[in-house]
Amino acid sequence: MTGIDALAGRGWDPSHPPLVAEHAAGALATKRIIVGYGFWIFLLSDIVMFSAFFAAYAVLRDATAGGPRGADLFDTGNVAIETACLLLSSFTCGIAMVAAQGRRALWFYAAMTVTFLFGIGFIDLEVREFVSLTAQGAGPTRSAFLSAFFTLVGCHGMHVTAGLLWLLTMMAQVFAKGFRPDILRRLLCFSLFWHALDIIWVAIFSVVYLMGVAA
Amino acid sequence: MFGKLTWDAIPFDQPIPLFAGAVVVLVIIGVLVWIALKGWMPYLWREWITSVDHKRIGIMYTVLAMVMLLRGFSDAIMMRAQQAVAFRSDGYLPPEHYNQIFSAHGTLMIFFVAMPFVIGLMNFVVPLQLGVRDVAFPTLNSVGFWFTATGALLVNISLVVGEFARTGWLPYPPLSELAYSPGVGVDYYLWSLEISGAGTLLAGVNLVTTVLKMHAPGMTYMRMPMFCWTTLASNLLIVAAFPILTATLAMLLLDRYLGFHFFTNEAGGNVMMFMNLIWAWGHPEVYILILPAFGIFSEVVSTFSHKPLFGYRSMVAATMAICVISFTVWLHHFFTMGAGADVNAIFGIASMIIAVPTGVKIFNWLFTMYGGRVTFTAPMLWSVGFMVTFVIGGITGVLLAEPPADFVLHNSLFLVAHFHNVIIGGVLFGAFAGYNYWFPKAFGFRLHDGLGKVAFWCWLVGFYVAFVPLYAVGLDGMTRRMQHYDVAAWRPWMLAAAVGALIILAGIVVQVVQLALSIRDRAALRDETGDPWDGRSLEWSTPSPPPAFNFAVLPQVDGPDAYWRMKQQARQQAKPDAEPRYEEIEMPRNSPTGFICAFFATFMGFALIWHIWWLVALAAAGAYATFVVFAWRDRAEYLIPAEVAAAIDRANRRVRGALLGATRTAP
Repeated sequence: MTGIDALAGRGWDPSHPPLVAEHAAGALATKRIIVGYGFWIFLLSDIVMFSAFFAAYAVLRDATAGGPRGADLFDTGNVAIETACLLLSSFTCGIAMVAAQGRRALWFYAAMTVTFLFGIGFIDLEVREFVSLTAQGAGPTRSAFLSAFFTLVGCHGMHVTAGLLWLLTMMAQVFAKGFRPDILRRLLCFSLFWHALDIIWVAIFSVVYLMGVAA
Repeated sequence: MFGKLTWDAIPFDQPIPLFAGAVVVLVIIGVLVWIALKGWMPYLWREWITSVDHKRIGIMYTVLAMVMLLRGFSDAIMMRAQQAVAFRSDGYLPPEHYNQIFSAHGTLMIFFVAMPFVIGLMNFVVPLQLGVRDVAFPTLNSVGFWFTATGALLVNISLVVGEFARTGWLPYPPLSELAYSPGVGVDYYLWSLEISGAGTLLAGVNLVTTVLKMHAPGMTYMRMPMFCWTTLASNLLIVAAFPILTATLAMLLLDRYLGFHFFTNEAGGNVMMFMNLIWAWGHPEVYILILPAFGIFSEVVSTFSHKPLFGYRSMVAATMAICVISFTVWLHHFFTMGAGADVNAIFGIASMIIAVPTGVKIFNWLFTMYGGRVTFTAPMLWSVGFMVTFVIGGITGVLLAEPPADFVLHNSLFLVAHFHNVIIGGVLFGAFAGYNYWFPKAFGFRLHDGLGKVAFWCWLVGFYVAFVPLYAVGLDGMTRRMQHYDVAAWRPWMLAAAVGALIILAGIVVQVVQLALSIRDRAALRDETGDPWDGRSLEWSTPSPPPAFNFAVLPQVDGPDAYWRMKQQARQQAKPDAEPRYEEIEMPRNSPTGFICAFFATFMGFALIWHIWWLVALAAAGAYATFVVFAWRDRAEYLIPAEVAAAIDRANRRVRGALLGATRTAP
């Protein structure tokens, strides 16, 4: 643990630039660069997967088979609270990353806990929405439109759930191992993942809910 | 307790699959017992199964591909035999069995032969060519391989337990929906490909990051060997296309498992959306396969012509052009959908445009050979055979790209002949060229060249005898996937095609013999120098086989054809370079994570196919626990002492010095 990672651990000090950067298996880029870069590539692939679900939703939006349309079903108030939860959780996730860079354990745990609570709040609201839709007879088997809706929004919800599991794992890792360079790299990936889910949610909010209510 | 799984799943009444399955199971048990008796289990576990060395993983991918090639080819022989005899009769394969065979043949050949073959070669070669010690994500690489192996295993389990899909290699709805395919066959297909597709995506992320971020000092993008460029393009396509496959198959799974209506006939489902989505993956997929083959041919042609690749920059441009345009042609797979003349015309023109960069490549290879001292080794024969065969496949492809012609030829054997022409004549010939070319690097001895040439001629002749008749009957109106037929004019062509398949079989037998004899005569075929072909790129500067760390000291690159330049410079110097300073080398430690994750994934896939829900939950928990255990380890690397690296490198330098000393020009 030399170079950039150790510097990141101590907090960046511009008056003492790194003399030797840590090289992954003798390559010129640092491990931090390589891991972050690779994770970006993965996130892009994940966004491509979502784009397929978006495309399916766009094609099937009007295939309601005589059932309810988006305008009949969507509760924009609920969606606004969901959006607020997710965006605020991204902010607190950012605070947790700043705390990790400065090795401030207490701030880190506090910010991660708040992030978790916002995340689980989002999931709670989404599950309630899904249950209430299904109870009204507007479940995913009712029409192709609802199949596409549940799949697109549910896929995002499953990503958030996986993110929450990852969040808890990372808190446990920091607790057990401290702010090691490899753990800081994983935190970098986690925060990228969490912000990417925001981007996808903004698209869902616009394409599914706003356009659905407007139609 | 066991969901839908009962004793009825074992086909006791069908002797062919039962016998084939029993033989496979016996062979596997026999090999395992033999390994255990020899005491090789610890070696296998330590050096291969848990290895995160890109060279070992690459070799395992390639072995998987070759074993699956035997399975996929036995399906091909059965189909050719069926169509040879099923003239005004039912042949020997009942329709439901015949349908499974052509579905399994396509699935195996694309996903478990062609894909692992090219990914294996890329894995093995690319870090060596870039002059680095490993890939970007070694453990992830291992996970990717074992997920691919899981997919292959599930497809093969379907031979004995239950059935495979009868829907073709792409499960078009509504036939693949629960209403028309109530059995587990489609589920086997879907879960195998979801799991192996995840593995392929991991391989893609890993290789893109490796090519873009890991280089020896001075190895700029425009100095990379062409194979690295085609690897980059191919893996960018994997990253951009495979998620579409994952999403599309997930939609079909939701339809089948939870009663959703993506592709059903009822409740607003849209069947043509499946065709669009699957081919938005499927057309880039053919370029994922062929681009690495183009890279292999570039390396082989340049090496055996003893010349730099002609038009390197135009080759890079052509590769990246194909990478982009490949996403704009998918609709040509279903011109008959009725999208209208304008849409069809646009996709038809795009499909013709993509032939232009491919043509550029063909000319570049020809001009590389022109004026060179060409040595016709087995890899070179595969390359020349490819150039001739692939041009024919390309021409028939452009023909099919014209919507009016496609309306006549759609789903005919003409189409089948076309894509076998480009996939056998392109991807498989490329894979075999790479196999013969890099084998000495991987194992330290060459493959028998004479037998390699015999195998090539069998394959080449067999290919033409098997597939030219399919072009002919396709033009004559014979559609694909016919279990029997009544048209007398087709009969002689079908018999000829069967003969062609037998000639290809002879080629495969010769390849097996080639491997066996080469292993037997390995002392005589030993590659002492690590540079058996007078190579041009950095992999030939390492010993054969390369040490775990590839390079004791990272090479300094100052131009294209890096190793060729080093040799030229060394020849002009009076004495060898001074010895470099050796330092200890940090390498990633082995990890069983990939194997154990795949173990759980196999159970999870099997349980999902048979609706054994408790096992699904258990296996998912196991896979998650494996990741946590992996994340909890404290040491991810081990150190190789400087003396060990120095000893290996000094031996290598001594051999190189002697080799170059003999040809040194300036005293």
